[in-house]
Amino acid sequence: MMPRIFTCILLLAVIPGAVSAQVAVRGGKVYTMTGPAVEDGIVIVRDGKIAAIGRAADIAVPEGFKVLEAAVVTPGLIDARSVVGLAGYFNHEHDQDQLERSIPIQPELRAIDSYNTREPLIEWVRGYGVTVLHTGHAPGELISGQTMIVKTTGNTVDDAALVPTAGISVTLGPSSLRGGGQSPGTRGKQISMLRAKLLQARSYLEAREKSVKKEGEKDEKAGEEPPVDLALEALASALRKEVPLLITAHRAQDIASALRLKREFDLRIILDGGAEAYLLTDELKKADVPVIIHPAMARYNGALQNASFNTPARLKKAGLKVAMQSGYESYVPKTRVVLFEAAIAAANGLGLEGALELITTSAADILGISDRVGSLAVGKDGDLALFDGDPFEYTTHCVGTIIEGRVVSDTPR
Amino acid sequence: MLHRGGFLLLVSCVAATAAFAQEVPQAFTGARIIPVEGEPIDAGTLVVEAGVIKALGPAGKVEIPATAKRFDLKGKVIIPGLICTHSHIGGIGGGDGSGPVQPEVRIYDSLNVRDSGFRRAVAGGLTTLNIMPGSGHLLSGQTVYVKLRGSKTIEGICLRDKEGRILGGMKMANGTNSQRAPPFPGTRAKSAALMRAEFIRAGEYRDKLAAALDEPDKKPPRDLRLEGLVEVLEGRRVVHHHTHRHDDIMTVLRLSREFGFRVVLHHVSEGWMVAEEIARAKVPCSIILVDSPGGKLEAINLVFKTGGILEKAGVLTAFHTDDWITDSRLFLRMAGLGVRGGMSRKAGLEALTLAGAKMLDLDGRIGSLKVGKDADFVILDGDPLSVYTKVLETWVEGRKVFDRSNPEDLLHATGGYGAGADQEPYHCCFGDEGGGR
Repeated sequence: MMPRIFTCILLLAVIPGAVSAQVAVRGGKVYTMTGPAVEDGIVIVRDGKIAAIGRAADIAVPEGFKVLEAAVVTPGLIDARSVVGLAGYFNHEHDQDQLERSIPIQPELRAIDSYNTREPLIEWVRGYGVTVLHTGHAPGELISGQTMIVKTTGNTVDDAALVPTAGISVTLGPSSLRGGGQSPGTRGKQISMLRAKLLQARSYLEAREKSVKKEGEKDEKAGEEPPVDLALEALASALRKEVPLLITAHRAQDIASALRLKREFDLRIILDGGAEAYLLTDELKKADVPVIIHPAMARYNGALQNASFNTPARLKKAGLKVAMQSGYESYVPKTRVVLFEAAIAAANGLGLEGALELITTSAADILGISDRVGSLAVGKDGDLALFDGDPFEYTTHCVGTIIEGRVVSDTPR
Repeated sequence: MLHRGGFLLLVSCVAATAAFAQEVPQAFTGARIIPVEGEPIDAGTLVVEAGVIKALGPAGKVEIPATAKRFDLKGKVIIPGLICTHSHIGGIGGGDGSGPVQPEVRIYDSLNVRDSGFRRAVAGGLTTLNIMPGSGHLLSGQTVYVKLRGSKTIEGICLRDKEGRILGGMKMANGTNSQRAPPFPGTRAKSAALMRAEFIRAGEYRDKLAAALDEPDKKPPRDLRLEGLVEVLEGRRVVHHHTHRHDDIMTVLRLSREFGFRVVLHHVSEGWMVAEEIARAKVPCSIILVDSPGGKLEAINLVFKTGGILEKAGVLTAFHTDDWITDSRLFLRMAGLGVRGGMSRKAGLEALTLAGAKMLDLDGRIGSLKVGKDADFVILDGDPLSVYTKVLETWVEGRKVFDRSNPEDLLHATGGYGAGADQEPYHCCFGDEGGGR
């Protein structure tokens, strides 16, 4: 029996312990992300889902609904790549579960087994309007483990998880060149190790499929069913395109290697980081590879030495799908805030609405969750962020965060 | 005797300054001028001559010399050059792993002035920096105050006093960064004890030097370590003290009282818990706001409201980049976050300029736009605290050192291919992956 651990999606209508309030949010400007911003708009959230949206003049607030007001209302923000919840703010061994260093290839490590729902950094980003995190194992080993998608509330990981396995984290380039025998010491070795493992996973997959089929036919030649191997199982799910490889690569040659791997194994990949992606826009477009760009304010050392504030604008202009991330920080600040990172993109070629797409619609689209989140439309989750001005201005405050109709933050930050 | 090289260095400094100063007066007209000292002037005029501010005021009330080169800045904003009281750019390397107290180590012996970090700093509107060694020691060495004049030697950028002495402070730290295996301290009490012992020895050395003024035979041999500490005890070198936790802050105040040294508290993550005590001690704070708390135990209570709380308590407060903790190109953002956290806009801008100048004892020369001060200023295309505002030009002593319309400068402002690999700063002994500061 083959465990189908990678495709199950938990549909959580209600967060245990929290009553989904019936709430109406009126905004001086409501960015629905499905069309032009609505001036003096209103969003009605009933039982956790958006029941109506439009001009306040046209929509009556149902009786008994709590009414909140803000200058600007946007969809709940999506951080398209984070390690928050696995990485904690103490930055001590006991709260750092984002990277396991014993061996360089561990695709079987599940994010759901490491996520601390009570981590203060989750509350921190939630206070800045972030309602969805794509979080999990960090870049830094060749294959460090899996990622998942969560709402930024929930008492347990099961409450929080939207997608328990969203990707498998692969890192190319210097940060996973650890050498010393087990780990790759050169870029060439990195790719050869990945190819060998993917070939092994392909054989494993074929053997498993064959044995399952033959079992039904009672064919004695079918041979033994290979024993379950969690690592190969995980990679098999990538070969079946059930789960994308989230390939962290910054330098142009590493991005090119990622595209070569995709071609050879017919994989679904998402480029993560992509500091030099602006050098390969045609290639990325042709390969239909979306980019979850590094934080705009990421430090520009090492593989990011050629990073640019303008990259999101350049990639979008080239027609690529782009989302923004808070990324992975090993020191101070322990996490970035995706709202602040998108702000820099807004100021460097994208403008307010273009940058808002990076953390709402585009992120939802790339992560495959746009049926639930990322825009304000009837039937979608009642996830909203409330601001007292332009969300990207330094001096603006996030004055409220709502997840599935429940106010989860109301302290101006 | 402590500064025998002073005279020669003074000569080279004067020569360097002369080369940069503009021969012709310059008049900058039409911009909204925010002088920081005094009220903003709409459509103001700024006159610069020989690298110094000659006049400043509303259009029509300022005489523009007939020979002046004019710059029309209608719709733009002029603010004083930004001052970073705590930076690590330039590939710094201060004290090494040999011991916890190294007052003899001078950061300017390690700087690479061609490091691209300097290009990014002027792109962010910075004109004066206090470049410091890291915080992995109780005392990691002498800091240096530099002007980003675009010179390609350390001699060309360092600031000096009238005697030609290179200006700088002394970097100290307490809390966990400087605690590890011997000879470094293992606890907070040991940290304080080690420093007290050092200052007591330095005091004795100072007394011997004083006693030998009339009897040269009794003069003790030169001791570079103790010389550095004597400068601290005599108030000629301000201590820039890394400190995060509320109790560590109080320890710094206690030591400062005991030995009478002048101190600026740096980072001060939990300063909001002891704001009244800091105010009573009349000790200034150079703070940093980062995008989330934590990353180290001492920073778990770091919040954006620190600036506002210190302001209300009456504490002189400046910001710093701690570059590479935050990016010098985005230093204006720090004031934006400070205001977001409750600081007044006025205090926010002061914290990027005049407050820092005071902490470096340079407020007679820089920190505000005032007649007689150095012509260090930044031209912006809008509100200094808006994310959408760009630094268009940065001027130091009447000379343009950054121009966003120049493609090479723009590359450093935005980043991009060829913007450059940096020399990694050397932070001895702690913080493995992040190169901690």
